Amino acid sequence: MSGERAAGRERYYAGARAALPFALVTGVVGVSFGVLAGSLGWGSLVAIASSVVICSASAQFAVAAVLGSGGGPFAAIVAAILLNARFGPMGLAVGPYLKGGPLRRALEGQTVLDTSWAMANRGGGRFDREFMIGATAPQVAAWLGGTAAGVLGGDFVGNPERFGLDAIFPAFFLVLLVSELRGGRSAVTVALIAAALALLLVPVAPPGVPVIAACAAALLGLRRTS
Amino acid sequence: MTTLWLTILTVALANAAIKASGPVLVGGRELPPRANAVISLLAPALLAALVVTETFGEDGALVLDEKALGVGVAAVALLLRAPVLVAVFLAALTAALARAFS
Repeated sequence: MSGERAAGRERYYAGARAALPFALVTGVVGVSFGVLAGSLGWGSLVAIASSVVICSASAQFAVAAVLGSGGGPFAAIVAAILLNARFGPMGLAVGPYLKGGPLRRALEGQTVLDTSWAMANRGGGRFDREFMIGATAPQVAAWLGGTAAGVLGGDFVGNPERFGLDAIFPAFFLVLLVSELRGGRSAVTVALIAAALALLLVPVAPPGVPVIAACAAALLGLRRTS
Repeated sequence: MTTLWLTILTVALANAAIKASGPVLVGGRELPPRANAVISLLAPALLAALVVTETFGEDGALVLDEKALGVGVAAVALLLRAPVLVAVFLAALTAALARAFS
C-alpha cells in the first residue's frame, strides 16, 4: 500500500517535471494577458482575480477581446462558454480515472487543462490521473505569476505582439499536436479533417464553435470498431 | 466596474461547471470500447482545431500574417525534432522579426 502511494507520488512529480517547459510558456502567455487586461483598464486586482477564479487562458482572452472591442458582458460570457465547452467531452474522457464521490470528482475535474489532459493521455482512451494533476500545478502557478507580472509591469513590456508573443499560444498547441500525430495514421486523418472543419467555420461561426464542431472529427473512431 | 466583476464571476462559475460535468456524469463507470475509440481521437481533433483557429483566426476572419509565419517556423523546427522550448521561442522570434522588418 505504501509502495503504491509512493509510486503515485512519483507520478505527480513526473507530471510536474514534464510540464515545466509548458509552464514557462504559460507564464509568458500570462504576462501578455496581464498586459492586455492592464491596457483595457481592468486594474491589477481584477486582472489577477480573474486568473485565480477563471484560471483559463482561452476564456480570459475571450472575455478581454469581446469587452475590449466594445461587446457587452453577455457576449463575453457566451464566447467564453463556447470556447471552454471543449472541457465537457475532455472531462467525460478523463472521468473514469478520477477518484471519489461526485464532489471530489467535480474538484479533480478542475485540474483538466489542454496541455495536462493531452500529456496524461495514455492512448486507447486511458488517462494517468496523478500525472495530469501534477502537470497542472506548475502551469497554474505560472499563469498567476505571469498575469501579476504583466498587469503590474505592463509599462515595461509594451505591446506583446512586438515580441511575437501572440505566436506562442498556437505554437504551444502545435507541440502537443505533433506528439499526438505520432500515435498513428487515424490520428493524422482526424487532425486533418478537424483542421479543415475549423478553417471553414472560422469566417461563419462565432468564436469557439469551430473548435467544438471540429471535435466531431473524432467520431471517425466509431467507424473503425464497427 | 461591477459589470466586469459580474462577467468574470459568471465565466468562472460556468467554466467550473463545464469542467465538473464530465467527471460527475461518468462517475467511476468504465466507458464502452466504442466511446474509448472516439475519445482516443479527441486529442488530435481538438489540438488541430486549436492550432488553426489560434494561428489563422482573427475576429471571425481568416488572416495570414507574421504570427502564421512564426507558427510555420515552429512546425518545421518540430518536424526536425527540435526541443519544445526552442520551437516555441523560434515562433515568437520569427513573428517579432517579421513585424520589425515589415
